[in-house]
Amino acid sequence: MPEMNTSSLPDLIFTILFFFMMVTTMREVTLKVKFTIPAGTELEKLEKKSVVSFIYVGPPTDNLRAQMGSSTRIQLNDRFAEAKEVMDFVAAERQGMTNQAEQIISIKADQHTQMGYITDIKEVLRKSWALRINYSATKRN
Amino acid sequence: MPGLNTTSTADISFMLLIFFLVTTSMDTDMGLARRLPKPPDPDQEDATMDIKSRNILYVRINAAGQLWIKDEMNSGYGELGELRARVKEFVKNEQNLSKLPEKHVKNIDLLGQCFVTDKHVVSLQTDRGTPYNMYFQVQNELVAAYNELRNEVSKQKFGREYQYLKDEEKKAIREYYPQNISEAEPKKYGGDQ
Repeated sequence: MPEMNTSSLPDLIFTILFFFMMVTTMREVTLKVKFTIPAGTELEKLEKKSVVSFIYVGPPTDNLRAQMGSSTRIQLNDRFAEAKEVMDFVAAERQGMTNQAEQIISIKADQHTQMGYITDIKEVLRKSWALRINYSATKRN
Repeated sequence: MPGLNTTSTADISFMLLIFFLVTTSMDTDMGLARRLPKPPDPDQEDATMDIKSRNILYVRINAAGQLWIKDEMNSGYGELGELRARVKEFVKNEQNLSKLPEKHVKNIDLLGQCFVTDKHVVSLQTDRGTPYNMYFQVQNELVAAYNELRNEVSKQKFGREYQYLKDEEKKAIREYYPQNISEAEPKKYGGDQ
């Protein structure tokens, strides 16, 4: 019996590798807060996904409201957090980046959030030298 | 038994690869890009710059989401719709009025001697209770005003819109109309002005 032809094995492996690369950058956190982001006209695309970290701000989702209440909360990765924890979050996110100077923090906040929460986050971001930020929004005409 | 024909496996894997590339880049996140100021230097006492009052345009948003715009020309409550025109008028100071930002000659690469208002500051202040959406819309209008001004001058000088310029040309335009938006510590303000 002749040997099995394995010349295409590298291709298959590469495909699987690429698949996992894609999936890991796609990784979305389970949202624990709900938000409707504002709509704007002067928006820019977030091109390099690898340098972007998200901060979610809004009231807890309906099924978490019983435990967490309905006031505005901040979500970092998969958990609720306080504004001052943003500093550790930024540092942790920065660790894994090759071009750390390009780090962008994207703030996905609900339209009805009071600015106090956003200002607190911005102050912490300034202190942690994460100066490039992005207010996430949808396009409108 | 002849070997299985595997010549098309590479094609199949490439198609899979392209499929994933396309599907993952489809959901592009968009947003308004801003840059925060550097953190305050603890060694420095109080770095309040002396800015002539003609060079400042105050934009304040109160907790009710109302807009208050003030420069030396006039001041008072304003609508979001008029903000863009007000900012453009302020930053441009076309007639070199004494109540709008001072202009002076600046030598910019590629543009030569220009008469610019690069000392102007747009001071944006919010209250802790200001709705985020209002703040966002104001930021959006400010950026829009600057973008329109930059487009005007870039069409005039280079014959193209700002986004189509080369990097060094963009830099020259940015020097012509620098984005000086300052966001001071938000404060509670009541009666005193």
